[in-house]
Amino acid sequence: MLESHIRAERGKKEILLMTHIVLGYPSFEEGFQIIEAMVEAGVDLMELQIPFSEPIADGPVILRANQAALANGATVEKCVDFAQRVARTFDIPFLFMSYYNILFQYGLDRFAAFMARAGLKGAIVPDLPPEEGEDYLRIMADHRLAPVFIFSPSTPDTRLRSIAACSKGFVYCVARKGVTGSDTRFTGELESYIERCRRATHLPLALGFGVKDKRDVDFLRSKVDIAVIGTQTIRLVDKEGVGGRRMRRWRLGLI
Amino acid sequence: MINRGYYEGFGGAYIPEILVATFDELVDAFQKAKNDPHFWQEYTSLMSSFSCRPTPVTFAENLTRMFKGPRIYIKREDLNHTGAHKANNVMGQGLLVKRMGKKRVIAETGAGQHGVATATMAARFGFECTIYMGEVDLERQRPNVFWMERLGARVVPVLDGTRILKDAINEAFRDWVTHMDTTHYVLGTACGPHPFPEMVSYFQSIIGKEARKQIMDLDGRLPSRVYACVGGGSNALGIFSGFMDDPVALVGVEAGGKGLDSGEHASRLCSNDARIGVAQGYKTYFLQNSDGQMKKTHSIAAGLDYVGVSPILSHLKEAGRVRFEAASDEEVLNALSLTMQKEGLIPALESAHAFVQAFKEAPTLSSEDSILINQSGRGDKDIFTIADAFTDPKWREFIKKKAEGYHA
Repeated sequence: MLESHIRAERGKKEILLMTHIVLGYPSFEEGFQIIEAMVEAGVDLMELQIPFSEPIADGPVILRANQAALANGATVEKCVDFAQRVARTFDIPFLFMSYYNILFQYGLDRFAAFMARAGLKGAIVPDLPPEEGEDYLRIMADHRLAPVFIFSPSTPDTRLRSIAACSKGFVYCVARKGVTGSDTRFTGELESYIERCRRATHLPLALGFGVKDKRDVDFLRSKVDIAVIGTQTIRLVDKEGVGGRRMRRWRLGLI
Repeated sequence: MINRGYYEGFGGAYIPEILVATFDELVDAFQKAKNDPHFWQEYTSLMSSFSCRPTPVTFAENLTRMFKGPRIYIKREDLNHTGAHKANNVMGQGLLVKRMGKKRVIAETGAGQHGVATATMAARFGFECTIYMGEVDLERQRPNVFWMERLGARVVPVLDGTRILKDAINEAFRDWVTHMDTTHYVLGTACGPHPFPEMVSYFQSIIGKEARKQIMDLDGRLPSRVYACVGGGSNALGIFSGFMDDPVALVGVEAGGKGLDSGEHASRLCSNDARIGVAQGYKTYFLQNSDGQMKKTHSIAAGLDYVGVSPILSHLKEAGRVRFEAASDEEVLNALSLTMQKEGLIPALESAHAFVQAFKEAPTLSSEDSILINQSGRGDKDIFTIADAFTDPKWREFIKKKAEGYHA
């Protein structure tokens, strides 16, 4: 299962890296090469975002990647076919990230059945709080998939515990207020929030929103289990293009 | 989450975790205000001194005579300060913001009416104010941008997505998740996550409360039908709420654009193009493709040009309590002309949708009946759009000369 896999990997490394790409951006083929380069470079997990026209939790970089993917003709059908190909080719855990309407229109049961068949491990749905996720939770459990829920700095302790009780695999801790891609201050305040998250759950913790370089990852080392490089991954692709050597250097630079 | 606000499966609160605490605070503040008998009093007294309430009901004598059918009455929301029913909602939310002790408000705007109304509220209460507006709308509605900025608001153009109302809503949410400690998001219609549909309808119910009493005084009985245009649905819910438990037919009129068959419209409840989905924090009928991506919409009236619709109206449609019809752009211009020429009233393009359907049905009703139309806003603020729609040659000449004046 996802949780035991993460624990086993954490036994070997001080911190794991999870990166994020938007499916169909810049194109499916280039996306495949990016994933290949990242897996080679030692990325431990990857989020595959199915683009949505109204991504309210995402900042400008990921928002524009969503729009570009849709404008290039990325359909949900193409995204799931691509995800299946990826999950069967590479030996790291892949998760879907998307907004609830995408799952809802595809059919929750059909979506989960597909993920299980294709070998994806779980999903992150940022606009689905556990209270709205009764059907989703049941169906994900039926297919032995991990619904990954989200902690935020404004979440009170009692609620952290009830969210953790619904989450499987790990919990995604949003580092701060705001949307993806803005700067985060890696300070004592963040540290005490992480401690609060730790006390609320035994599940592994991933931390994302604003993690962008080696200093940030160093700060998180031994504090959380997974550092999530979301927007920065897409910025790298935008800036450097698709090239295996650069990806490798980048990974080495982070660890 | 305290309460998620469902209307028979429509509504809910599909919000990012970072906003859950903010919504809990808002739900709590709204419930307390609602349960405080002084609050509604404070609200109505503010509206009577700041915004011309109660707005009158006008008997449309000439139209009545022309259609030889029911007596036609018009509820005059156009006489609100800033020219539309939007003032009701923003002043109510403004009072809540004061109660919550927040210092900054943000809002989305399409046509600019809600933005201008919010900017007046912010000026009056001393709040900092930022308005998000799609770039396309910004270009269509320059006069409203001018007023918002003069009133002290910052107007931020939204350059992403389709660059209209729904994109402005997304951008306002992005601001809110960053600044929720100091900031309240004044959502402009009865859509979005709970408690917005309930809260906006609550403030707009002032229209229906007044209208029911006024028409009973004027006509001695209930109208047989009540007509309102439907964008997000707040003016419709406002006037309908006064007649919900009465034997009165309620008719919502959506933007038919270039015709329901053309695909270029914004009819969620009376076309076959919408499906139930979840976006912008709530579940309702959305104009979307089979993947769940939102479609482009079209209406001559920027205020009706929206992909979703109030979850309360989706419920009332399924329950059979409200009937929905569509009015095309062309029908809207004809109804607007007729109303101006016969009654000297200038409904907004949005409101003129309700007039279209009332005029279609009036000849089929008897002189024993009366009907009530909600004139949700005034049209003179739309002078650029309406002049273009009528391709008025003298206006065009005037604008050309005006432009030359600026070059001189």
